[in-house]
Amino acid sequence: MLLLLQYTLIFASVLILVALGGCVSEHSGVINLGLEGIMVMGAMGGALTLRALSSGTSPLLTVLLTLCAAVLVGVVYSLLLAVACVSFKADQTIVGTAVNMLGVAAATVIVKALNTAANPDDVSSAVQYAATKKAFLKNIGGFEFNWFMVIALLALAAVFVLLYKTKFGLRLMACGEHPQAAASVGVNVYKMRYAGVLLSGALGGLGGICYILAGTSEWRFENGVAGFGFLALAVMIFGQWKPQRIALVALLFGFFRALSNVYFGFDWLVKANIPGAVYNMMPYVISLLVLAFTSKRSRAPKAEGIPYDKGMR
Amino acid sequence: MKNLLKKDGVQSLIASLICILLGLLIGYIVLLFINPTGAGEAILEVVKNFFHYSKPSLQLKNFGNTLVKTAPLLMCALSVLFCYKVGLFNIGAAGQYVAGSCAAIYCALKLGWGWLPCLLAAVVAGAVFGVAVGLLKAWRNVNEVISGIMLNWIGLYLANMLLSNVKEVASPYTLHIKTEATGALLPSLGLEKLFNGNQYITLAIPLSVLAAIAISVVLDRTKFGYELKATGLNRNAARYCGMAEKRNIIVSLAIGGALAGLGGALLYLTDYEQWLCTGSSVPGMGFNGIAAAFLGGLNPIGTVFSSYFIQHITSGGAFVDKTMYCSQISDLISSIIIYLCGFVLFIKYAMNNMIAKRENRAAQAVSAGTEDAEKKGGEA
Repeated sequence: MLLLLQYTLIFASVLILVALGGCVSEHSGVINLGLEGIMVMGAMGGALTLRALSSGTSPLLTVLLTLCAAVLVGVVYSLLLAVACVSFKADQTIVGTAVNMLGVAAATVIVKALNTAANPDDVSSAVQYAATKKAFLKNIGGFEFNWFMVIALLALAAVFVLLYKTKFGLRLMACGEHPQAAASVGVNVYKMRYAGVLLSGALGGLGGICYILAGTSEWRFENGVAGFGFLALAVMIFGQWKPQRIALVALLFGFFRALSNVYFGFDWLVKANIPGAVYNMMPYVISLLVLAFTSKRSRAPKAEGIPYDKGMR
Repeated sequence: MKNLLKKDGVQSLIASLICILLGLLIGYIVLLFINPTGAGEAILEVVKNFFHYSKPSLQLKNFGNTLVKTAPLLMCALSVLFCYKVGLFNIGAAGQYVAGSCAAIYCALKLGWGWLPCLLAAVVAGAVFGVAVGLLKAWRNVNEVISGIMLNWIGLYLANMLLSNVKEVASPYTLHIKTEATGALLPSLGLEKLFNGNQYITLAIPLSVLAAIAISVVLDRTKFGYELKATGLNRNAARYCGMAEKRNIIVSLAIGGALAGLGGALLYLTDYEQWLCTGSSVPGMGFNGIAAAFLGGLNPIGTVFSSYFIQHITSGGAFVDKTMYCSQISDLISSIIIYLCGFVLFIKYAMNNMIAKRENRAAQAVSAGTEDAEKKGGEA
């Protein structure tokens, strides 16, 4: 039971971080379908940092360095999306898809190259970080507390304040609703949209490293992040682009994702003899159902997905 | 010459070629970073693919292998293309391809059906996955990209679960169709003789090209295709003109799903590959289909060539020196190419701008010339 709670919270943290990223980006007017790829790249940055650090480094420093690396790689990688979609007015769906595929391919190539360079016989795409991963964990009476749970909460508060309580956030949201109107009162729409995408890159990168640290002590990058970027987008839609609702929905989705990790810990679930694949499928089925019931009355930012054209009024 | 450049088709071709060249160049630069000594050779291996072998007989056989995998890729690309014409981004092609593969393999191995019913089962399975996306989009306003991705994963786990019933005891792969269900093998039509007896060459290859031609005819020559394209350009306008826009969305996704599903059957019923029942990632075929569709300038016939190209470099990745690089560099290059395809509109815009500027200058020169002539005439 404690295990279920632990996994629910950690997967919910991932979803909160990434869905908030999607939320900020969409409020600025850019649909960030590339979150999946950004997660993979951010995860790679974090995982490589973890591997490079020795277990003697102080836990605080380890955590900070890893987070910085994940954020940095996520932001730099999301520039690919920002440049194409904001400056060159490219189709956001195509570019987002390309960013996803590129993320997995690039991370695999980079990690394999590093592995092979270190040891010619090693052609795997795995990164081990068993020793340094402990810096993120704290055991409280059988419950494995993970610092990411706090980070997700902080991010939630930060995004809430940023969007609703600051001048910047309100301007950002104006660019997603009616960019021409925002521009007419002197807001630089391009800058705002860049800011939105890069912020989502930072949050996506954080979510990525959080995801791969959730269960295992090594990660094979050719597997990507199993559609979590898209689950996060579903969470965001169900959360109606509002941070506080996103957090609640993320808990629900996190619970179903956690079930597939720990269902064998429950006797009555084991007795039911449901194949493991059903549990694996669960989060995706639930999100489809949820989307079917919530998308009709969606409160999406009005101008999302439409490249900003100064000449249009 | 200038008129030729103004043509949309020619511009698309040039834009695609620019994407390919830039993609290869960026790939080369990445390889230089990884290991500068073998980069040139590696990128050549990717481009050469089966020319890696010096014997013509081996070349022919491996050319055949590339074609065997081009057929399903082309079907996926057509699926993406067809839906894109109706304004839908069918990223669910990957899941529809999985559903089709699963249905074909299951019907062949478990139910012992012949190849034709197996193909039909694959078509139906793919179409069902497509319709699910279509219904959600048309009636519940669900973004087709997100529902498509969700169905990709659902399809993958369903396939793994169902096909575990027909897998080999000692391995996670499904049984060989060649030995267990000969009736389900696609007929070769004697085509294998053209490829030095490559046993995997079947009617799949001509069938996929026929499908491309059929899609081209439907989109450009029929009222149905016109309605679909009109729905894609402007949903509200189409409804205003009396077209059933919701039905069009569902039907187009059903057809897209059927195409991708058929693609799955066209690969697995040749027994070229077996299904991996423990796979934890959705097969890349559907995603590569997106690359092929856009690289082909969203033209069915162009897609035939772009599908071949994408498969050519994907297969070529296998020949790269494994001590220095991994075969995923071809995935890297094809994803860079898709990324660049996002800039196609910009490239065309730049081309048109350039032509317009040049024409302007020419027109000015001409008018300046006539003014000069008039002045001279006045003096005389």
